[in-house]
Amino acid sequence: MTRRIGVLAVQGDFLEHLNMLTALNVKALPVRLPRDLIDVDSLIIPGGESTTITRLMETFGLVEPIKNFARQGNPVWGTCAGMIVAAKNVPDLDRKPLGLIDINVQRNAFGRQIDSFQTDIMITGLKNKPFPAIFIRAPIIQKVNSNVTILSQLDDGTIIAAQHNNVLVTAFHPELTTDTRVHELFLGLVNVER
Amino acid sequence: MEQGTSTLKTGLAQMLKGGVIMDVVTPDQALIAQDAGATAVMALERVPADIRAAGGVARMADPTIIESIMKVVSIPVMAKCRIGHFVEAQILESLGVDYIDESEVLTPADESHHVWKHDFKVPFVCGCRDLGEALRRISEGASMIRTKGEAGTGDIVEAVRHMRTVQDDIRRIKNMVPDELPAVAKELGAPLDLIQYVHDEGNLPVVNFAAGGVATPADAALMMQLGADGVFVGSGIFKGEDPPTIAKAVVEATTHYEDPEILARVSKNLGAPMSGVAARSLSAEEVLAKRGW
Repeated sequence: MTRRIGVLAVQGDFLEHLNMLTALNVKALPVRLPRDLIDVDSLIIPGGESTTITRLMETFGLVEPIKNFARQGNPVWGTCAGMIVAAKNVPDLDRKPLGLIDINVQRNAFGRQIDSFQTDIMITGLKNKPFPAIFIRAPIIQKVNSNVTILSQLDDGTIIAAQHNNVLVTAFHPELTTDTRVHELFLGLVNVER
Repeated sequence: MEQGTSTLKTGLAQMLKGGVIMDVVTPDQALIAQDAGATAVMALERVPADIRAAGGVARMADPTIIESIMKVVSIPVMAKCRIGHFVEAQILESLGVDYIDESEVLTPADESHHVWKHDFKVPFVCGCRDLGEALRRISEGASMIRTKGEAGTGDIVEAVRHMRTVQDDIRRIKNMVPDELPAVAKELGAPLDLIQYVHDEGNLPVVNFAAGGVATPADAALMMQLGADGVFVGSGIFKGEDPPTIAKAVVEATTHYEDPEILARVSKNLGAPMSGVAARSLSAEEVLAKRGW
């Protein structure tokens, strides 16, 4: 069966994810309403504004369908705002996140836009070649709980990528680079019935 | 580690795409905007409709207002400086605003020069009426572009004109053969390297939002269908009868801009919109879009 990757397209840089997937010769579709989930077997929650994305998911009935989608073992990946949306605990978010992965996330953890930065990082699973990571008003993972694997940390130990079974989260934006390796890592995750 | 790079400056604009940036003048309004799903707020002393009504010289807002808004919301906060007023821009950068709008809504401080935006770590958004103007601003360091439209009118006609002009210019250049590009660079008054980019990519190198006259969910969806990456709503939200309801409706319309059934649903029972003024009825001195070059 041909893989079809959905990208949540309610707000944010979903087009950059769709373009990168297309460049990797993968069929990629925008997901705006619950019915769009039927046609896909993985889901990316892109960068954007987490308060906006969570509100629109609630309004258009996407919360339970996405939770079920992940519960069925379908791969889900959140980048930046998508990581906030996918997390279990986000103290300063005004709406409840999806709780797909048992981590605590702090929003805007590095400060405002003038504190945004880019730097090379190492990611478990990407051999020994550094990855150009872009952090824009980025969140961090304050704490990983039960069985969540840490995939990347900054030099000071700050956790910036993690995985639990079929759910992957990154605090940075691989979709804004020309390096496709994290997208390929995600494509390597297959449906794991939980 | 690098900071203030063009990747980071244009990157924040990428994150705002598909979203609505709302003008606010108080912390309470900022919270209403955030709760409605705004992706950012523009912190102002007065919305454009009131600036228009007040007349006189319009300047950067009092930093107290901007800081009080930055304190209450977690979404990005933008603020406006006058065209060419690089000291107002320095002040806004020091306050830590997330984006600066070098805006024709305020009275220009310099009739010949815009701010040299490459000197700043904070990104800038600038208005345009056509592709040449957009590329001139980008060459000065703008990381995001918006149509000028005609702010504070609630009349969408100028924003439509500006967006169509930009898109027409892009399509025309995309179809040219390379040896025609220097002549079009001269015609539009834009740098050749950026004309070359538009020719090769068929797009602007930065995000392009609609602004200046968006007053209803249908206006927002119209601009999205015409090719906008997102919308600014100035006076349209808080000059309406029921700001929270219209704010939510514009956000939903911007996401589902191609779905007429959803657009019909969100357009219902919004209360009276801002009364507005026809852009065509303005005298030449009242037209804000002519400020800047």
